[in-house]
Amino acid sequence: MGRTLPTGPHGSDGMTGFLVRRILQMVLALLGVSIVVFSLIHLVPGDPVRVALGTRFDQELYDLLRERAGLDRPIIEQYFTWLGNAVTGDLGVSFRNGQPVTTLILERLPATITLAGAALFIAVVVALPAGIISAARSGSGLDYTVSAASQVGISMPDFWAGVMYILLFSLTLAWLPSSGYSPLGNGVVEWVRHLILPAMTIGLISGSIITRFVRSAVLEALNQDYVLTARAKGLTEWQIVRRHVLPNAWIPIVTVIGLQLGFLLGGVVVVELIFAWPGLGRLALIAVKDRDFTVLQGSVLYIAFMFLAINLIVDIIYARLDPRVRVS
Amino acid sequence: MTAQLEADRLATKPVSRFRETIRALLANKLAVAGLVVLAVLVIVGIFGEALAPHGLNELDVENRFAGPGADHWFGTDNLGRDTFSRILIAARVSLQVGFIAVGFAVVVGVPIGLAAGYYRGAVESVLMRAMDVLFSFPAILLAIAILAVLGPGIGNAMIAIGLVYTPIFARITRGSVLVVAEEVYIRAARSLGAGDGRIIFRHILPNVMAPIIVQTTLSLAFAILSEAALSYLGLGVQPPNPAWGRMLSDGQDFFQQSAWMGVFPGLAILVTVMAFNFVGDGLRDALDPKQKSVIESRGQSV
Repeated sequence: MGRTLPTGPHGSDGMTGFLVRRILQMVLALLGVSIVVFSLIHLVPGDPVRVALGTRFDQELYDLLRERAGLDRPIIEQYFTWLGNAVTGDLGVSFRNGQPVTTLILERLPATITLAGAALFIAVVVALPAGIISAARSGSGLDYTVSAASQVGISMPDFWAGVMYILLFSLTLAWLPSSGYSPLGNGVVEWVRHLILPAMTIGLISGSIITRFVRSAVLEALNQDYVLTARAKGLTEWQIVRRHVLPNAWIPIVTVIGLQLGFLLGGVVVVELIFAWPGLGRLALIAVKDRDFTVLQGSVLYIAFMFLAINLIVDIIYARLDPRVRVS
Repeated sequence: MTAQLEADRLATKPVSRFRETIRALLANKLAVAGLVVLAVLVIVGIFGEALAPHGLNELDVENRFAGPGADHWFGTDNLGRDTFSRILIAARVSLQVGFIAVGFAVVVGVPIGLAAGYYRGAVESVLMRAMDVLFSFPAILLAIAILAVLGPGIGNAMIAIGLVYTPIFARITRGSVLVVAEEVYIRAARSLGAGDGRIIFRHILPNVMAPIIVQTTLSLAFAILSEAALSYLGLGVQPPNPAWGRMLSDGQDFFQQSAWMGVFPGLAILVTVMAFNFVGDGLRDALDPKQKSVIESRGQSV
C-alpha cells in the first residue's frame, strides 16, 4: 500500500487521512492527560480530603466529600467513573466550598478568554510590522533595535514586568487601575482600562516571540529566486514584500500565532495572580494554596484540553495551507 | 577490528569540530557578551558571600528604603538589608536550580529520544506518546501541579522544572537520531558487527550532540525563569534563603516606598536569562544553523 500523494491544496485524499491521524493523536494525548490529572489527587501524601479540610475538619463534611469524590472505591473504578463524569462535564465538587468545579471553571472562562484575546491582539499588532520591517531592512540600525527589544521581551520575567507596569502606570502616574476585572456589561471604558496592563504584560512578551518568527520567515522568503526575479522586473521593495514575500511567509506566522494563543489561554497563571484577574490560571493557583485538589484537577484538565484543541486547529490550518504537511 | 576502529574514528572527529565551533562562537559579539556575563555569574555563585559588601541579614535600620548610593549600590529593603549583597548571594540558588533541573531533563530526555529514534516501532510509540502528554500542559502550570503534589521547596522545584523540560530533549534527540540512523557509517558499523549499545553511544550520540547542547543552553535560560516564577509564588526557594523571585514577592508591599526594591532583583533575572539566550543562539548559529531558535522552547516556558 503506497501512500496517496495529495492532489493539491484542495484535494481531499491527503487531508482526510491527516485529520483522522491527528484527531486520534489528540484523543490519545487527552487520555494520557486525564491519567496524569487523575493521579494528582492520589499522589498527595496522606488523605487529600483531610489535607484540604485542615483545621476546618468536620466528620460529616469529611464523609460527604470522600463519598462524593468516590475515594473509597478501587482506584481503576475511580478513574473510569471520574473520566466518565468529566466527559459529561461533571468534574466533582470543590473540597473547599462544595461548589461544582465545572461551574467555577465556566465562571472564570470569560475573563481568561478576554485576557488571552487582548494579549494576542497586542502581540500581533506589535510583531507583524516589527518583524516585517526588521527583515526587509535586515542589518540596519532599525533591525538591531527590533532584535534587541525582542531579546529583552523573550528574557523578561512576566511577573516582574507586571509589577513594574503597576508601579509606573497605576501607582505613580495613576492612569490605570492596578488590578481586577470589569465585565463588558459594566461599560466598555472600564473594561478596557482594566484590561490594558495585564494584556500588555503578556502581549509584549508574546509579541517578542512572534516578532522573531515573522522576521525569520520573511527573511527566508526574501532570499528566494522569485524575489530576485521580482526585483529584476523593477518592483518596489514594498510591492515585493506584499505580493511575493508575505503570501509565502504566512504559514509559519499563522502557526506561531496559533501556538501562542494556546499558551496564552493556559499559561498566564502568574500574571492573573498579580492583577487579581479572575481567570482559570488564578483558580488553579488558589486551589494549590488551598489544597483544593478537585478544583486543581478540573482547571488543569480544562487548560490542557484547550491547549490541545488549539494545537489541533493550528495543525489543521497548517495542513490546509501546506499540503506537504499532510503526508509527513 | 581495524575496520571497526576506523568506522568509530570517522563517526566522531571531535577535535576540529570543537575548534571550529569555538571560533564561530567567539566571532559572535552577543554570544561573547553572554559568556562574559555567565562567567561573572558563576564566580558570584561560588563566592557570593565573600564578594558581598554586606551580610545577607545585616540590618541598617537607619537606612531603610534607601535608593542606590555609595554604601548601598542597589539601595536597601524594608528592613534596611543591602539589596546588592542579597542579589549576589541569591545568584547561587538560581544557577543551582537551573543546572540541576536541566541536567535532570537531559539525563532523562536524551536516552528516551535515543531509544525512540533507534528502535522505532512500539518503543517509539509508547515513549513519544508519553512525552506528548507532558507537552500537553503549559509548562508553568505543570510545574505548579507537580509542586502541589510534592510540596513546595527547592528540591521539588528542581524535579518539577526538570520534568517539564524533559520532553523537549526527547523530541529533539529523537528527531536527530532519525536522520543520523540513515547515514552510511551507521550501516557500516552494523555490518561490521557492532552491537546496539556501541552504535547508539559511539556512533549516534556524538552526532546528535549539537542540537542537544544548544537546547541545553536555551533551557537553562527558561529553567531560571521558571524557578524565579515559582519562588515568586512561594513554591520554590523557602525563607530565610534569598532568591530573586522571592525578593520581588517579599518586597511587593513596599514598592511604593522604594521602587528600587523591585527593580534590581528583576533586572538580575532578566540579565541572567538574556545571557543564556545569547550563548544559546550563538551556539546554534555555530553548531547547527538549521535548528529553530529560542522560540520553540519559550512557547512552552512562561
